[in-house]
Amino acid sequence: MATYSNYILVCTGTGCRASQSEQILQNLKATVEKHGMQGDVQVLRTGCFGFCEKGPVVRMIPDNTFYTQVTPEDTQEIVEEHLIKGRQVKRLLYLNPETNEHILDSKHMNFYKRQYRIALRNCGFINPENIDEYIARNGYIALGKAVTQMTPDEVIKVIMESGLRGRGGGGFPTGLKWQITRKVQADRKYVVCNADEGDPGAFMDRSILEGDPHSIIEAMAINGYCTSANHGLVYIRAEYPLAVERLKTAIQQAKEYGLLGDNLFGTDFSFDIGIRYGAGAFVCGEETALMHSMEGLRGEATVKPPFPSESGYKGYPTNVNNVETYANIPIILLKGAEWFASIGTEKSKGTKVFALAGKVNNVGLIEVPMGTTLREVIFGIGGGIKDGKKFKAVQTGGPSGGCLTEKHLDLPIDYDNLLAAGSMMGSGGMIVMDEDDCMVAMAKFYLDFMVEESCGKCSPCRIGNKRLHEMLQKITSGKGKREDLDSLRNLAMVIKDTALCGLGQTSPNSVLSTIDNFYEEYLAHVQEQRCPAHQCCELTQYFINLEKCKGCTLCARVCPVNAISGDRKIPHAIDQQACIHCGACIEKCKFKAILVR
Amino acid sequence: METVKLTIDKREVEVPKGTTILDAAKSISIDIPTLCYMKLEDLNYENNPGACRVCMVEIEGRRNLAPSCKQECLDGMVVHTRTPRVINARRTVVELIISNHPAECLICSKNGYCELQKVAYDLGIREIRYQGEQSRFELDRSASMDRNMNKCIMCRRCETMCHKIQTVGALTAVQRGFDAVVSTAFEKDIAGSTCSYCGQCVSLCPVNALSGRNSQQQVLDVLADPDKVVIIQTAPAVRTALGEDFGFEPGILVTGKMVTALHQLGFDYVFDTDFAADLTIMEEGTELLQRVAKYQAGDPDVKLPLMTSCCPGWVSFVEQHFPGQIENLSTAKSPQQMFGAIAKTYFAEKLGIDRNKLVVVSVMPCLAKKYEASRPEFAVDGNPDVDISIYTRELARLIRYANINFSELPDGDFDHPLGKSTGAGVIFGTTGGVIEAATRTAYELYTKKNLEKVDFEELRGLAGVRSATIDFDGLPVKIGIAHGLGNARKLIEEVKNGTSPYHAIEVMACPGGCIGGGGQPFHCGSMDVLHRRASALYREDAGKKLRKSHENPYIQQLYKEYLGEPCSPRAHELLHTHYFDRKEQLGLTVLTDK
Amino acid sequence: MEKIHLPQCKIKELKEICERNNNDPGELINILHGAQSAVGYLPREVQEFIAAQLNIPVSQVYGVITFYSFFTMLPKGKYPISVCLGTACYVRGAEKVIQEFERQLDIKVGQTTSDGLFSLDSLRCVGACGLAPVVTVGKKVYGHVAPEKVRAILSDFYMLEE
Repeated sequence: MATYSNYILVCTGTGCRASQSEQILQNLKATVEKHGMQGDVQVLRTGCFGFCEKGPVVRMIPDNTFYTQVTPEDTQEIVEEHLIKGRQVKRLLYLNPETNEHILDSKHMNFYKRQYRIALRNCGFINPENIDEYIARNGYIALGKAVTQMTPDEVIKVIMESGLRGRGGGGFPTGLKWQITRKVQADRKYVVCNADEGDPGAFMDRSILEGDPHSIIEAMAINGYCTSANHGLVYIRAEYPLAVERLKTAIQQAKEYGLLGDNLFGTDFSFDIGIRYGAGAFVCGEETALMHSMEGLRGEATVKPPFPSESGYKGYPTNVNNVETYANIPIILLKGAEWFASIGTEKSKGTKVFALAGKVNNVGLIEVPMGTTLREVIFGIGGGIKDGKKFKAVQTGGPSGGCLTEKHLDLPIDYDNLLAAGSMMGSGGMIVMDEDDCMVAMAKFYLDFMVEESCGKCSPCRIGNKRLHEMLQKITSGKGKREDLDSLRNLAMVIKDTALCGLGQTSPNSVLSTIDNFYEEYLAHVQEQRCPAHQCCELTQYFINLEKCKGCTLCARVCPVNAISGDRKIPHAIDQQACIHCGACIEKCKFKAILVR
Repeated sequence: METVKLTIDKREVEVPKGTTILDAAKSISIDIPTLCYMKLEDLNYENNPGACRVCMVEIEGRRNLAPSCKQECLDGMVVHTRTPRVINARRTVVELIISNHPAECLICSKNGYCELQKVAYDLGIREIRYQGEQSRFELDRSASMDRNMNKCIMCRRCETMCHKIQTVGALTAVQRGFDAVVSTAFEKDIAGSTCSYCGQCVSLCPVNALSGRNSQQQVLDVLADPDKVVIIQTAPAVRTALGEDFGFEPGILVTGKMVTALHQLGFDYVFDTDFAADLTIMEEGTELLQRVAKYQAGDPDVKLPLMTSCCPGWVSFVEQHFPGQIENLSTAKSPQQMFGAIAKTYFAEKLGIDRNKLVVVSVMPCLAKKYEASRPEFAVDGNPDVDISIYTRELARLIRYANINFSELPDGDFDHPLGKSTGAGVIFGTTGGVIEAATRTAYELYTKKNLEKVDFEELRGLAGVRSATIDFDGLPVKIGIAHGLGNARKLIEEVKNGTSPYHAIEVMACPGGCIGGGGQPFHCGSMDVLHRRASALYREDAGKKLRKSHENPYIQQLYKEYLGEPCSPRAHELLHTHYFDRKEQLGLTVLTDK
Repeated sequence: MEKIHLPQCKIKELKEICERNNNDPGELINILHGAQSAVGYLPREVQEFIAAQLNIPVSQVYGVITFYSFFTMLPKGKYPISVCLGTACYVRGAEKVIQEFERQLDIKVGQTTSDGLFSLDSLRCVGACGLAPVVTVGKKVYGHVAPEKVRAILSDFYMLEE
């Protein structure tokens, strides 16, 4: 590998790419070449840096300068100022919102300084399309060590002692899972990487595959060695074209280096990896549904047992782990079980990646030790609530999770605490809500998702979720009654108790957690026909404060349905029949003359 | 045998390892309600998707309830099947199912036989707390069956039958979530699908989403028409099962009561399809011998094995899925159609009336027979040989309409000349019966010797695929038998590949043969019912004086007076048919550029 | 009977896709992905062809296609619009964006405009939550989309047509 004195790392995760980061990359390269610096400066594409809020992000190495919200037009300035003149481009630096000071190095940013990156250790630091960079950061050493110096049982022992639990949602001890698969006798076994990340608002698996695909390949091979499986399959969302491409490239490179294929490291262990595509079905994240989908069938869940470890893909024992789980494996083998187990809480070891989104200042991908409190995540790393609004709730665990409130903010995040609080870890979606979000509407939104994603096999999920959704529809449109809340609760409990698979069993969580934590809000909807957050259209009305309205006509012009009328310089009025409560007028009114009730 | 001990509702029970909680509970007289679950052990049919979630039970130490139909018993398990939590869950689930099911029980043809109705009754459901949008599907009517998918509860029994057992692949789950339903490819009408009309889906449907096409009114109308002479033929399997709808034990033959009831209903003549079965044997047996003779003479074009053609579900299966093998099918018409052809010629002439004045009704255990009767080649100038085909359950309903107290009826006798049959005609109703009957006749025709032992035990039983070699006085005749279209597929694949070792193959589309037909009273998953029906037929055969078709004096008379020899030109004209390649008809053609 | 209109070259391509997957029904989903990218959508003829190649009932193919939201039996518009309805986009107002598209294009989600230019769909999380609400039109990604921006987005494409 040639050495350069300077590197420019450009984030080409999906978020930054959507903001033209590929163009930025090309421009930087061209500018570097224009100045004849290509022997000295290398421009690299990397995976997600995590700080999507301020993307596209460009990082300068060695001084670690972190440029945010870069545009293709900024590239010339970056090269000429930063590299040639040695002056940082101030206007592109991150501005600390508290101190209003520019921050040069990302490690001083609140967003990064509280994080502990294990699964994401390479994301944003290496070129995911170059195996040498992975190897340079101790890549494939763990695999070599495992197959040449350790027995499968020894490796499994390390994983068990590390306390690593499944990061896909269930939190099942990973080592134990491997051991179960290992013990089943069969002439053929599979290991599967579940990369069918379907949670709306979660993108850690995608980021890892885009930013560090070799860590997954290495971990799957280690898993294969431990379970006597020679075949690996990655089940990945077809909606992730970039991750698919990078994974394909990585597999190809690993093959060329002899790190996949026959007789790895000169041993008699052989391992290959194939790709299977998802096709847009959230339920396929559930193990048994995933098996069926990989077999070319409808992704319907089946009753467990048998578990995939006993009878999975094509009836063979199959070990399924999720992307983030795999990403932890190589480093655990390198640094040891004790190191990993020293991080986190008593029953949840290591770190967890969260996709922090919603009404929070710093949207992005973060990784924190287990046991970090929600407050630290939301207010420390996330920088608090957007537009200075009030925190109301945080939804963890994706659509299957629940909403937690103010009183849970100091809860240390781990599997068991979240479960006890009525939510779950899930795959790590974390959506922050503020005072403008109606929790009944939120529950309805998640139910809407569940109704759409239910496979339709079992009656409680197929019909029950539909009925739950209809009841919430009724409540949010002001037609609900006090008794409905009891029926709602009963139905939610029965679905939880009787549904066939994990998706169905967790689908009412959003209802149960909001009804528990925001009962008053539900009551306001059914007793007073009022939506305290002014979000439920049919329960809100828009009015013009005649004293404040100057008759500027701006609101009348933006109203998409022409519901506002009035002459110039004379206070306007809203036709309640025509108004669709879109809120466009409020945003436009300079005089705060429009009220919501 | 390894066993496990567990506690169900505070009672200890020891069961073989691998037993489900549902079966373990049943062994101590605890009947846990089910909806989707169904098992027909001897037919290899098992539908337990664990989908309906009605059979839920509480297992101590588990977070959620468990489906007893899927959950295996484990040592030391403590199970509760009737706690408030369990009952509430079951009721809520059943309420949900009903909330998407039309509440029209009183005018539903499944009223009284519906499994959902029974579960709702047993759980004492008095109100539906959860109401909302209901599925809206168009009613689909075809020659043999109706589909009202608004009533579907997604038990998937039909899909399992159609795909796994019958390998027809017409019905499958489509869409997902609330929109999920069992349907055909592209959600077309059943007539535009690959359905063979075997009707097995109908016989398993717990509700009335799938039902037989209803022709009772047509029957009542022709019976009331003074200008028509109405005759009826009754298939052998009907008499073994009809009693079940009137409280008789399965397997009790109600032939005499059935004949009396039909006379009382107003049929002018009550005849027996068994007579036509004897006729089929004459033709098919002769055809077999002719093909074998040609084969022995070295004719390269002769198609062997000869495949029976009396089952219309099987015939359409071949036409759709194996059009290359249609020439292996016997050209002999099925007994129903032979009967119709003879009735509308021979018998009409005897009565001295025009065929248009004669109405032939058939009562069959089968839904495919309705479709068969409607095939255009079985009509003369638009007048069908068989005008109306009804199935066993429809006959039971007709008897009820007519206020006939069935169980107290005296026995009656079939009319002549088309009412006399031998034991060979009787066993047509069960798997292996057709080929056994054919063997009895073919043996004697070929060897010109008297067959001493007429019971071919080696051809009987319920194994899905059976084979036997019968010694025809030095000529070993190899016979293959399959019931259920999935089993039949195995045999016809061999024919297609040129590896079939058989001279003759008997196929009945329905598992168990006609006794398990789609038009029979619902067996509700009981294998015992099917066994008893089959043994009743063999009992009737054994009790007959005449047990070989060619010994039937009325058959002999028919050939003498009217047909000449078996497979004569006249016989060919009336009693034989031809088949079509139906792949084209379904649009499943190889793609062509345009 | 409905006749088949697929051109010979597409048939050849479909055949190759099936053969590349050994005509294995276990590879049905991979085959359907290939077929959809070759033909653009999965009309009846394509399904029947694949079923015949894999020797499985066409009902099974149809059952699979209707299960997965990625597969479509209708041709998409020249400019397929997808509005992200992931949670992050939802809480930042994606629903209003979708309503505005529906209004302006006079179609519902899942439909295509009569001139064939636009089709409108929702999808679950493109993983660009930092840009919420996100709209994609073909390969182009629009971030921070408010209902007022909808008209401008559409006019980008109307302009291409002029």
